[in-house]
Amino acid sequence: MTSTLSLEQQQQLRRLLENGLPLTSRPYQAFAEQINSTEQAVIEHVKDLDQQGLFRRFGIVVKHRALGINANVMLVMDIEDERVHQIGEALGEAPGVNLCYRRPRRPGWPYNLFCMVHGRDRQAVEAHVIELLAQHNLQQRPHHLLFSTHAFKQRGGRYNQNKTGTV
Amino acid sequence: MDELCLRMLDRFQHDLPICAQPYQAMADELGCTEEEILQRLEQLNQRKALSRVGPVFEHSLAGASTLVALAVPAERIEEVAAQINAFDEVNHNYLREHDWNLWFVLTGPNREHLDQTLVKIEQLTGLKPLDLPMLTAYQINLGFALGKDSQVPT
Repeated sequence: MTSTLSLEQQQQLRRLLENGLPLTSRPYQAFAEQINSTEQAVIEHVKDLDQQGLFRRFGIVVKHRALGINANVMLVMDIEDERVHQIGEALGEAPGVNLCYRRPRRPGWPYNLFCMVHGRDRQAVEAHVIELLAQHNLQQRPHHLLFSTHAFKQRGGRYNQNKTGTV
Repeated sequence: MDELCLRMLDRFQHDLPICAQPYQAMADELGCTEEEILQRLEQLNQRKALSRVGPVFEHSLAGASTLVALAVPAERIEEVAAQINAFDEVNHNYLREHDWNLWFVLTGPNREHLDQTLVKIEQLTGLKPLDLPMLTAYQINLGFALGKDSQVPT
């Protein structure tokens, strides 16, 4: 058996990784058996992907609602183009902000900066957002708080649309 | 949830070593046994609190993704949400308080695939999607703070 993975094995491994490591002592050994490779080759490939910067993070991914983090708001703001980077970077570092993204405005959608704030309950999250806006002097900018009221689906992304992981 | 589980979650939502025995590596760092780690993960899984252990892919490098919103009439929400959920490209499908009330993330191998999926969504639902791809990420998400200050129910 060679120490490198074929393109097909790489795709299979990618799909397996998207679904997560098995909860067994040697998870990469389990993957290796599923794609007919070796534990060492699988680990090397995953490390390569990591070094290429393909992973935003690597670890335990929780479903926050089941852990009592029930309130989640998407704060959307219309920030002047000249200072959206500055504000984005400041808000991205602010406590309680899980994600901070710039996105395009669209007809009927004037907002270009998006922050996700999570917390145990709605009041706490709302108070936190109001404080955040005040701290950054953004109360006067057009903004809106979009609380989520129901999760229809919550899972990781599937980038590889081939169902090759299920061999 | 016990103290070990909280410490495990606070430490290992990021930077889990990529090695033959990652659960043993977690145990070594937290001063417990591999068995105790696997038990805690199984418990989280049984509570439906564990999505998975592994990588969160960087959208921009792993393929294409976009945030999409639909303005769904209230009486059609369940129907349209189910139609949207049926797409393999969809994750994180949420109902939110706004005229644009259904929000979900589309992921796929490339932008062209997403464009095709957006067309299919519009044809299927009769609703015009708002397509909001990420232009800049200002923060690297390291997971949720679950330590003592966050008072997670046990």
